[in-house]
Amino acid sequence: MLKASWRVELELTSGRPDPLGNAAREALAARGFRLDSPIQSGRAYLLPGSMTLAEVHEAAEKLLADPVTEQFAIYAPEESHPYGDATLVVRRLAGVADPEAHSTRLSLAFLGYRFPEEEAIETYRTFRVDGPVDAADFLQAGAKALANTTIEEASLASSAVRSHPRPSDIPCQRREVPLLQADDKHLAHISSTMSLALSVEEMKVIQAFYLNEQREPTDVELETLAQTWSEHCKHKTLTGPVHFQRVNSQGVVLEEKHYQNLLKETVFEATQQLSPPWCWSVFKDNAGVIAMTDDIGLAIKVETHNHPSALDPYGGAGTGIGGVIRDILGTGLGARPFAATDVFCVGPKNMPREDLPPGTLHPDRVLSGVIGGVRDYGNRMGIPTVCGTVIRDEGYVANPLVFAGCIGEIPKKYVEKEAFPGDFIVALGGRTGRDGIHGATFSSEALHEDSETVDSTAVQIGDPITEKKVLDVQLIARDEGLFSALTDCGAGGFSSAVGEMGEDLGAVVELSNAPLKYPGLSYWEIWISEAQERMVCAVPPTKLDRLQELCALHDVELTVLGTFEDTGRLVLKWHDEVVGDLPMSFLHGAVPQPVRQATFVQPDLSATAWPSAPNYKSLLQDVLAHPSVVSKEWIVRQYDHEVQGGTVVKPYQGSTGHGPGDGSVIKPRLDLPQGAALGCGIAPRISMIDPYAGAACAIDEAIRNAVAAGGNPHRTAILDNFCWGDCRKPDRLGSLVLAADACYDAAIAYGAPFISGKDSLNNEYRVGDEEVAIPPTLLCTAMAIVEDTAQTVTTPLKNPGNLLVLVGETFGDGGGSVASDFLSLPDSIPPRPNFTTAPACFSAMHEAITLGLVRACHDLCEGGLAVAAAEMTLGSCLGARVDTSKVSADPELCSTAALFSETPTRFLVEVSPSHLDSFQAVFRGQPCFVVGEVLQEAKLFLMDKEKNLATLTYEELATANGVMA
Amino acid sequence: MKPRVLQLFAAGMNCDRELRFAWESAGATVQDVHIHALIKSPELLQNADVFSIPGGFTYGDDLGAGRILALEILTHLGAALESFHESGGTIFGPCNGFQVLVKMGLLPGIPGVKASLTWNQTHRFECRWTRLILEKPLGHVLPVGSLLPAPSAHAEGQFVLEHPEDLKVLEEAGVIALRYANAQGQATTAYPDCPNGSLDGIAGLVSPSGRIVGLMPHPERNLSADHLPDRGAGDWGDGTEGIAFFRGLLAPYLAQTPAPSA
Repeated sequence: MLKASWRVELELTSGRPDPLGNAAREALAARGFRLDSPIQSGRAYLLPGSMTLAEVHEAAEKLLADPVTEQFAIYAPEESHPYGDATLVVRRLAGVADPEAHSTRLSLAFLGYRFPEEEAIETYRTFRVDGPVDAADFLQAGAKALANTTIEEASLASSAVRSHPRPSDIPCQRREVPLLQADDKHLAHISSTMSLALSVEEMKVIQAFYLNEQREPTDVELETLAQTWSEHCKHKTLTGPVHFQRVNSQGVVLEEKHYQNLLKETVFEATQQLSPPWCWSVFKDNAGVIAMTDDIGLAIKVETHNHPSALDPYGGAGTGIGGVIRDILGTGLGARPFAATDVFCVGPKNMPREDLPPGTLHPDRVLSGVIGGVRDYGNRMGIPTVCGTVIRDEGYVANPLVFAGCIGEIPKKYVEKEAFPGDFIVALGGRTGRDGIHGATFSSEALHEDSETVDSTAVQIGDPITEKKVLDVQLIARDEGLFSALTDCGAGGFSSAVGEMGEDLGAVVELSNAPLKYPGLSYWEIWISEAQERMVCAVPPTKLDRLQELCALHDVELTVLGTFEDTGRLVLKWHDEVVGDLPMSFLHGAVPQPVRQATFVQPDLSATAWPSAPNYKSLLQDVLAHPSVVSKEWIVRQYDHEVQGGTVVKPYQGSTGHGPGDGSVIKPRLDLPQGAALGCGIAPRISMIDPYAGAACAIDEAIRNAVAAGGNPHRTAILDNFCWGDCRKPDRLGSLVLAADACYDAAIAYGAPFISGKDSLNNEYRVGDEEVAIPPTLLCTAMAIVEDTAQTVTTPLKNPGNLLVLVGETFGDGGGSVASDFLSLPDSIPPRPNFTTAPACFSAMHEAITLGLVRACHDLCEGGLAVAAAEMTLGSCLGARVDTSKVSADPELCSTAALFSETPTRFLVEVSPSHLDSFQAVFRGQPCFVVGEVLQEAKLFLMDKEKNLATLTYEELATANGVMA
Repeated sequence: MKPRVLQLFAAGMNCDRELRFAWESAGATVQDVHIHALIKSPELLQNADVFSIPGGFTYGDDLGAGRILALEILTHLGAALESFHESGGTIFGPCNGFQVLVKMGLLPGIPGVKASLTWNQTHRFECRWTRLILEKPLGHVLPVGSLLPAPSAHAEGQFVLEHPEDLKVLEEAGVIALRYANAQGQATTAYPDCPNGSLDGIAGLVSPSGRIVGLMPHPERNLSADHLPDRGAGDWGDGTEGIAFFRGLLAPYLAQTPAPSA
């Protein structure tokens, strides 16, 4: 019998400001639990009961407590807590990863204290009310406000804090699932009780297979099929046949189309037709790869991680970024990550708590959680998060979206990989636990009000340092040629990783070899666990010793799980007994593809009725404060967006650091001039009115961002992330079809191939009988090559006296624009890019930049010309004058539309007077208007010829836009 | 022979690439060594002029930034590092490297003065360009009063003393190397020019020997004009200051380079 644990509790020394304690007090107050006394926050450790008091004291002093800022108290195993009823303890649930506890164990060894794993070490947090408090009320309010009950539990310190009991090793035996005799109803029942998320049609295909095999399936075989056939892994909707109808509001069919494979005939088809030689790997690996130089490529991938982030925003977003980083590591023989992107779609700010659907976290808590998750994971990995945005809309309240992207550098010789018969199947990195069991199938189903409580195993906890060590080892091993293929463990865990790598080969896996976080897992859980920070590689037998040596040096766990064999079968063993045996051909080739119906009801839209003389000043202030426009500098500054030293064009720019950039430019190699310009585009507000226009605008925006910063539009690759509602419903799929069509048209027009993508098609939330879909959301990410990062451009104004030139034609179509919301205009025709003229505009813009004719450049996006001009002053502390009468050759365009219309494919450019002729020569035959000038005085003047429409000082602009102090 | 930098690597370190590039750009050769390899072969230090500890999140910042690596180095390499320093070697650590040097007690290294680096006053990680003014004790690296622009990127960079009145002791001992400065080049404790609320705006320290140097910001991320936030408009220098700083740190070894034997 082990002794109970010591508790070491640390608090700040008296008088030190305690922001965590203050925040806890505020969080309690927001829940209606108001305290007169302050709250003191603390962090705490459970240490093995076998230590002596003197040893615990030494550990607290030399290791745990900061010598200047913290004081500690030590409580013996059964000692009562002096402030027990006033101290809330928040700790992880049993089985939830605790990386800091692992670090504590490791560093206790430096002091000479080594413990077997059975002797628990844990960390927890404390919140002590420094005054009188009702214990029961405090516990009840604190559990809600200060703990995330999906992964944590709250208690009072007066009840003993004991280490979680270690699960015992339950012997598990091969188990068959009786399927052969089941009718449809029973098949559905099996699918739902095992959380397989397989349809009856799919279950029947499986049943037919086993009838032919004349045996029942084992549990692990069904789990493997469920993972491999999941929407998350197979993208059945996007790659399946679709029958599409466009009807008008009277129900008259306007158009009918049939797709045999929606994705192949739209997104892939464009890439096939374009097939530029600089595309090295498209849609076949974990990421797409394009050439940066003749022998160095750039790999890029953007993932969604929506449902886990809805349950645990911090953990979900962290593991989202962790997962997409592994995608890059798992591309070819491994790319080296050097940049990351993030885009969040969440509910509105300050939403009244009573308006939240049951079981939903508040949008503000979701946002701060996901930012924290990306920050803590990305910063620890040393990968600069340089590009992203935040969309806030009521449609995302119950189902927030988290997009995480990563870009890596890969020598051309490592782009291809192939596992060979006889190669060992080797797992690197984290241990396997119950984390994320059924993550792949869970994300294929709608969220519901009980999701929070029933699906806690679907949430994964990240451990970035374990992943960083894998990264370190993997890149060295790649350069030494120690493996012949590798991939990451993502959705579906080992089942997907081994299944994909061995698809053309065959594999034998001994599941009892997998190292576990704790005992008690059954073999099928090991096989599909989505525990983080694991890579699987194919290692030739002659290389294993060296790889083991390298892993030992870097403290990375290496396990041989089995071998790849040329049998065409996937064989799973548990302590030598065969528990699964499936032909790869059935696993990967047999998933049925039902025809899905898609319908789009064409709305009747009229032209935007812009008012002729609104209060321009207050309108601009409102628009600058809109969630899509408001400064995100406070987020970006939490990310180490300069790590690796290659961030040339930064997300926030200028002498003040407050000027928002368009694209970011990163150099993967400090010794080379080339770089990558990254842009992202997203327009759900427009997609709600017209999904085709919304998708086209998103793609134009992504490429425009990259071009504005100096990216080459003729070397631009794009990525798609479709996040839609349940596409088994015809109206959801109808808007998706239009967006996919737009993807094809745009890619062909711009000559920008799609090289990778990821969809998430079940973003619905069920309350009672009602199912609500998110707004149709396409994120487009663009990556453009920059030949020389010295030829890049930022948005802040540079020199008084320079001219402001508007490039691109402005139209009055303002449906879905930010200003139209503030002006309470009804839905009207939204903007969309002109695919005939837009590519030439991007080409000319790039030419002007490479000729050195551009001092500053900002693309026009939400809020149009007015916002672009305002943002260009924010980075510089200079001023600008803009004349709306000069914006267009069309005399009918009113000043309101000129300032606030969001027509895509436009740039506001600062050009020195001496360069104006050359600049205009580059744009000969294209719309290009001198609309104003740069001023010394830090004010923005909006004019209509001589008439002043509005004047805003720098302070007024900064305040409206919410820039940091 | 070029100055020889031995650069440490450990779990969670992630600013090693730019720091290596800075050393090389300033004229040094760099050899990487994993902490576990160095513990096995501490004699590697004997062939180095500079021991470089890059930034990052060693061991995830668990138990406090730099705490675990500091304890690991003290436990296994304390004596080797001491003799390296005594025989003329330089020890340099930016960001997490600085946190390690402070938690080891090597900086400020004044007996009886307890110092630490703790959470920024804003209580969050912050990445922004900052300006540093070079103080007298670092006059052998760059002219006193020089402005060194450099990105700061940290969560635990607030320099604190157990007894704030010990600041006088640090002044007298000549260990205050760098302070945060505003756009006018004056030392400041005001946010955001001083991003973390450090006592007296202290951004970096140097040992009385002049050869143990640490600072929170990253001069290794200011190595060319196209990286400057204002693209050389004037407020943030011309992109040469970072390399000059590293050349200054290498100066003793550039000078000592023995003449080729006859």
